[in-house]
Amino acid sequence: MQLETKVPSGALAAKWDKHRFEMKLVNPANKRKYRAIIVGSGLAGASAAASMAELGYQVSCFCFQDSPRRAHSIAAQGGINAAKNYQNDGDSIWRLFYDTVKGGDFRSREANVYRLAQVSTEIIDQCVAQGVPFAREYGGTLSNRSFGGAQVSRTFYARGQTGQQLLLGAYQALARQIGLGKVKMYSRHEMLDIVLVDGVARGIITRNLVTGEVKSFAADAVVLATGGYGNVFYLSTNAKGCNVTAAYRAYKKGALFANPCYTQIHPTCIPVSGDYQSKLTLMSESLRNDGRIWVPKKKGDNRKPGDIPENERDYYLERKYPSFGNLAPRDISSRAAKEVCDEGRGVGETGRGVYLDFADAINRLGKAVIEDRYGNLFQMYERITGEDPYSVPMRIFPASHYTMGGLWVDYNLMSNIPGLHVIGEANFSDHGANRLGASALMQGLADGYFVLPYTIGDFFARTGPSGITEEHAEFKKAEEDLNNKVKQLLSIKGSKTVDHFHRELGKIMWDYCGMARNDAGLRKGLELIPKLREEFWNDVNVLGEGLEMNMSLEKAGRVADFLEFAEIMCHDALDRDESCGAHFREEHQTEEGEALRNDKDYCYVAAWEYAGEGQAPRLHKEELKFENVELATRSYK
Amino acid sequence: MNLTLHVWRQKNATDKGRMETYQATDINEHMSFLEMLDVVNEDLIGKGIDPIHFDHDCREGICGMCSLVINGIPHGPERATTVCQLHMRHFKDGDEIYIEPWRAKAFPVIKDLIVDRSAFDRIIQAGGFVSVNTGGTPDANAIPISKSDADEAMDFAQCIGCGACVAACKNASAMLFVGAKIAQLAALPQGKVEAERRVKAMVAQMDKEGFGNCTNYYECEAVCPKEISVKGIAKMNREFFKSMKG
Repeated sequence: MQLETKVPSGALAAKWDKHRFEMKLVNPANKRKYRAIIVGSGLAGASAAASMAELGYQVSCFCFQDSPRRAHSIAAQGGINAAKNYQNDGDSIWRLFYDTVKGGDFRSREANVYRLAQVSTEIIDQCVAQGVPFAREYGGTLSNRSFGGAQVSRTFYARGQTGQQLLLGAYQALARQIGLGKVKMYSRHEMLDIVLVDGVARGIITRNLVTGEVKSFAADAVVLATGGYGNVFYLSTNAKGCNVTAAYRAYKKGALFANPCYTQIHPTCIPVSGDYQSKLTLMSESLRNDGRIWVPKKKGDNRKPGDIPENERDYYLERKYPSFGNLAPRDISSRAAKEVCDEGRGVGETGRGVYLDFADAINRLGKAVIEDRYGNLFQMYERITGEDPYSVPMRIFPASHYTMGGLWVDYNLMSNIPGLHVIGEANFSDHGANRLGASALMQGLADGYFVLPYTIGDFFARTGPSGITEEHAEFKKAEEDLNNKVKQLLSIKGSKTVDHFHRELGKIMWDYCGMARNDAGLRKGLELIPKLREEFWNDVNVLGEGLEMNMSLEKAGRVADFLEFAEIMCHDALDRDESCGAHFREEHQTEEGEALRNDKDYCYVAAWEYAGEGQAPRLHKEELKFENVELATRSYK
Repeated sequence: MNLTLHVWRQKNATDKGRMETYQATDINEHMSFLEMLDVVNEDLIGKGIDPIHFDHDCREGICGMCSLVINGIPHGPERATTVCQLHMRHFKDGDEIYIEPWRAKAFPVIKDLIVDRSAFDRIIQAGGFVSVNTGGTPDANAIPISKSDADEAMDFAQCIGCGACVAACKNASAMLFVGAKIAQLAALPQGKVEAERRVKAMVAQMDKEGFGNCTNYYECEAVCPKEISVKGIAKMNREFFKSMKG
């Protein structure tokens, strides 16, 4: 299979303009003849649905939550990057582009990243016009703060709830179109299959989560905006409902899954407290603007943090990375935390934690300033742990947070299946092997507001309205397959719950395909996953019926997909015999324990193709060409 | 700790529903309330009993999905806390806990503790937005907004749309929810352009959905997990009177 990236020729800075000119347009009066299905209503999905409806397309949007406003984008805390250079500190589109490529450890596609940096500025304008209440200075202009992996202040924020405010902006734009009758919204509907007619994506099969009814929806194109797969680790900062199902079903229908091993482990999360734990809570990276990370210098030092004198503390990020200090990128900070804990210097009951200490900042700026900046985060921490972070340092530890990998897409954000577009976290496109803080919101909204609405028009203009309806035999067949799968899950009546299997899978993935990976461990993972999967299909206990609200059944379908998907992750991590970004192969590190990339052999996107049940997936490579930046060793020292 | 739970069970929208009693054993004080229910559900599934259905998603207090009335109080006894952020350290061994869904005419029960809150979506669809299309907007710094206005807008914008305000109100009024959106957009120059149209449309939709009116008990503010102030209701009323003047 030849992977066509469709990246336009010419100078980097002119590519997007050139491409926009070369794309075919759909006449305004003809747009209403085209039907688009958008699955997911987070930043990418809601912004795409609203923007496409404004243009005049017939849009249907689906989400599994009770309202599009609940999508997990809502939980993003810290901020959104944009190359506005409002702070006059030397920022530019080029710098944001470069920081993002470097932050991704030179494993992303130059042209996509440059476009992202270009449209970043429009996003802020758009959100302000929608009434998003970003933080402001006394003079009335917008405030910025710094985030990891950058030495300029380009992050716009709304207290610690930036994702919430951006999502509500997009949700309200979507609500306006729903009210106008331009978007049909289907809440509490889960997409469980994608339907191809003559090799083109023409619709989806959903299960109505209230009634259990399985139903088809036909269209001229399908857009997946279904988020990431971080819940493959069971414990993650993702919402409980986040899952890989939509993307995985597309994969099984022929879409390529790119770089699944690139999973971001976020350094600042509240540590695990017990086996019952259902999820992990992120403490925003923005806290690292003012918080200092440290552990005791001595192993097993059980003194209270306040009793450990300054000279017996190891501010290890400041020591190892003096120029970026506590704002070293996520992958590097996470590994550094793991390293000090592995040395036996971790803190808290489990020894799997490090301190994030605000004492200096409170002394320097006063409690009121810290409260204004991070009040809601401090409150959240106190709720969960019962400790007051104004007086004792927070305890934090890395946790699964974001997935850079996703379905492979070309420059038009279309997968290798014609008509199937993938946007936001669900695609693989912009973050390479590691995403920088405050860039997920940027990418979700860039895709939804400013890229997809143009590029999907080109697909429509080239293919014309399909006229395909739900009566087509492919839909009937897919409905039947799904009904059979539901019956099968309900008929097993084994002895273990769905959560039991999910938790077991999570342990396997965390141990063998987590923050550090090696050949033997990954092979072990590949041995254990099929066994667990077999046990699941023989011994899972899903109560209730198909034609009713049944949350065990919903979870069972998702976990069944995770149990297959996990294997592709391990295959990918095994194939990528180098360390890069968040993918750390223990065999490949410098003497100081930093990731050692191998550009000669691994400067490619690994795109995996489904090869049939029980078969190892087939690898396709998209060579990455860097024409504008020099491949350098990433250094934050 | 060991607890006795009395939980509302209702198979579907047409079922009459009833309270059932379950034991929660060996509960750890660090668990969240929902994690406690997860443990109870694992136990119920083992006994062949349909697990208790409840809405939840982010489990970090921001998505607005979780919605339980605990011992008569929406989101339970802790102030400014969603159920998913309520931890078991606030309960003690031997406690009896009553768990019910939001109760309001405009929020019909779907199953057990899950209710239909789509009425809130329809209120936003009626006018809870600024009518700008994507693209062609002025530079973000073109219109200065004072820090105090931006802060006020943010105070109201924090609403998570959970519906606790409605569940707490004896009139099942949605005025705190509606007022929060109106007050947010009224505080910003971008929202002022269509302020009159917005308040009329949102209030009309709110009435149509069957929510009651505010009689100033402020139960809504007391249970709001984001501590949205009832000043939002006053602001909504003010905007509404302004729109009546024409």
